[in-house]
Amino acid sequence: MPLHPASTLDELVHADDHEYLWTLNFGPQHPATHTTLRLVLKLEGERVVDALPDIGYLHSGFEKIGESLNYNQYVTVTDRMNYISPLANNVAWHGAVEKLLGLEITPRCKYIRTIIAELSRISDHLLCNGAAGLDVGAFTFFLYAFNQREVLYDIFETLCGARFTNSYTRVGGLMYDMTPLVIEKIRAFLKNLPATLDDMDRLLNRNRIFVDRTKGVGVLTRAQAVSSSASGPIARASGVTRDLRKDDPYLAYAELDFNVCCATAGDSYTRYLVRMAEMRESLRIVAQALDKLPDGPVNVPIRERTALPDKRSVYSTIEGTISHFELTMANRGFDVPNEEAYAAIEAPNGELGFYIVGDGSDVAYRARCRPPSFIHFALFPQLIRGHTLSDIVAVLGSLNIIAAELDR
Amino acid sequence: MGCEPLIDPHTIATLNSAFAGLKTSEFRGEARVIVPRELIYPVLTALRDKLAFDFLSDITCVDYLNYRGAEDRFGLVYLLASTGTNERLNLRVFLNEPDLSVRSAVPLWEGANWMEREVWDMFGIRFEGHPDLRRILLPDEFTAFPLRKDYPLQGRGERHNFPVLHRATS
Repeated sequence: MPLHPASTLDELVHADDHEYLWTLNFGPQHPATHTTLRLVLKLEGERVVDALPDIGYLHSGFEKIGESLNYNQYVTVTDRMNYISPLANNVAWHGAVEKLLGLEITPRCKYIRTIIAELSRISDHLLCNGAAGLDVGAFTFFLYAFNQREVLYDIFETLCGARFTNSYTRVGGLMYDMTPLVIEKIRAFLKNLPATLDDMDRLLNRNRIFVDRTKGVGVLTRAQAVSSSASGPIARASGVTRDLRKDDPYLAYAELDFNVCCATAGDSYTRYLVRMAEMRESLRIVAQALDKLPDGPVNVPIRERTALPDKRSVYSTIEGTISHFELTMANRGFDVPNEEAYAAIEAPNGELGFYIVGDGSDVAYRARCRPPSFIHFALFPQLIRGHTLSDIVAVLGSLNIIAAELDR
Repeated sequence: MGCEPLIDPHTIATLNSAFAGLKTSEFRGEARVIVPRELIYPVLTALRDKLAFDFLSDITCVDYLNYRGAEDRFGLVYLLASTGTNERLNLRVFLNEPDLSVRSAVPLWEGANWMEREVWDMFGIRFEGHPDLRRILLPDEFTAFPLRKDYPLQGRGERHNFPVLHRATS
């Protein structure tokens, strides 16, 4: 054993035979991993020399399942990918399907999808920031965040009957229209959340322990972020200004006024701040979208033959009856081109896209999901190198890794 | 989703003049280029360095085994984007058995590392020059490539591949 431990990190990474380096298994079952992911750490004392992520514990073959479920059925599987913002996944999936089919959804549907996508962004950021606080010891902060998530779950329950796995969208429309009660609940939420966000800011933004544990920890430079395909709040905290809501406006975002929240420091603390700021912007988007919410149908017209017609037209018109019959028969279905398309949305975690190959049937030939968590977790070893063991939870928390989406 | 073209026509023209044998097409505003296998690395390099496509959105693969009208077995898909100009470009490379290998894009984008590992894991396509081409989602003992179309959705057991551990001997 050498008397003087190797001083530079590079030396240590390649120092396999040095006895003073020891290996630690972090996970797959550890409270701070939140779900099942495993890290094999190489430590020098308390300093992390190298980290080797080992994933796949939650692999459930979602993409394979996508090749046997039709475009409407698969939405239930997308719920289970990023289960803390399932509505955003629903919107992403059906957005991609509609792009493949060449279907233009109704204005009301666009606005409702915008609203639910932003509400799920708030839901995601509340969980991510709350848990990031919890991991470094701020338990009260976590409760403030989760108290508001409960309100969001109530809204989702009123919206579509399910709290957790919503499956709210359909090809060419939605499961139900938004009722006045939902709008009332969302307006109440819009009124109450800013006070909670202020409380959360006051609790943590200048909290000495939190700032010391997250500032300068897990720094991601802009060049690294772009080269590693990082997106969403993680890239924006590193100075990448990319936001698909602005850069490739989908749904109703082009008609709404909001800011893209960016920062340049790129550490865990900045990622926390970017998420806090994004929640306030989301509130602005939802408020505007509610004010502008157009009237009219939420589903595409019957002639498109994709969304189930409402019961009244099924029972009283011949087109409705035929359309309902055609859509529910096993050997009928949508008119899908023999083509492939990729469409992405700015999900709470980053660019969530689906690459869909259609083969004429109403089952996708290939349903690839571009999962932001998977891409962000690949960054983890370079973010943690050189930091201490206790910084792992601070970095993991700020990356917001959802293992179900990571492994699919 | 907007269907306006997401690409500057100049980009396609530059690519076509620099490389021979590219096939371009467009669908719902998405520009797609089919690249011969040998050219994929030079094309990616040119796109990154000369045409500002600095963001590799995803690498994935499609197995066209039963696909109507398909002549090639595998289609490797590179989804590129530009953080500066917001253009998007999809590159496709067709691969056929027995030579399922293509040059790795890891020297160009670090993010390609795990994406290529996943393609290897699910489709068995080798990326030459990849620093760490191991299975990523499935266990190392797994013998098949489950997202290939000849792999059934149900009914094939792999549990016999796992090493059996006995408490008494360990």
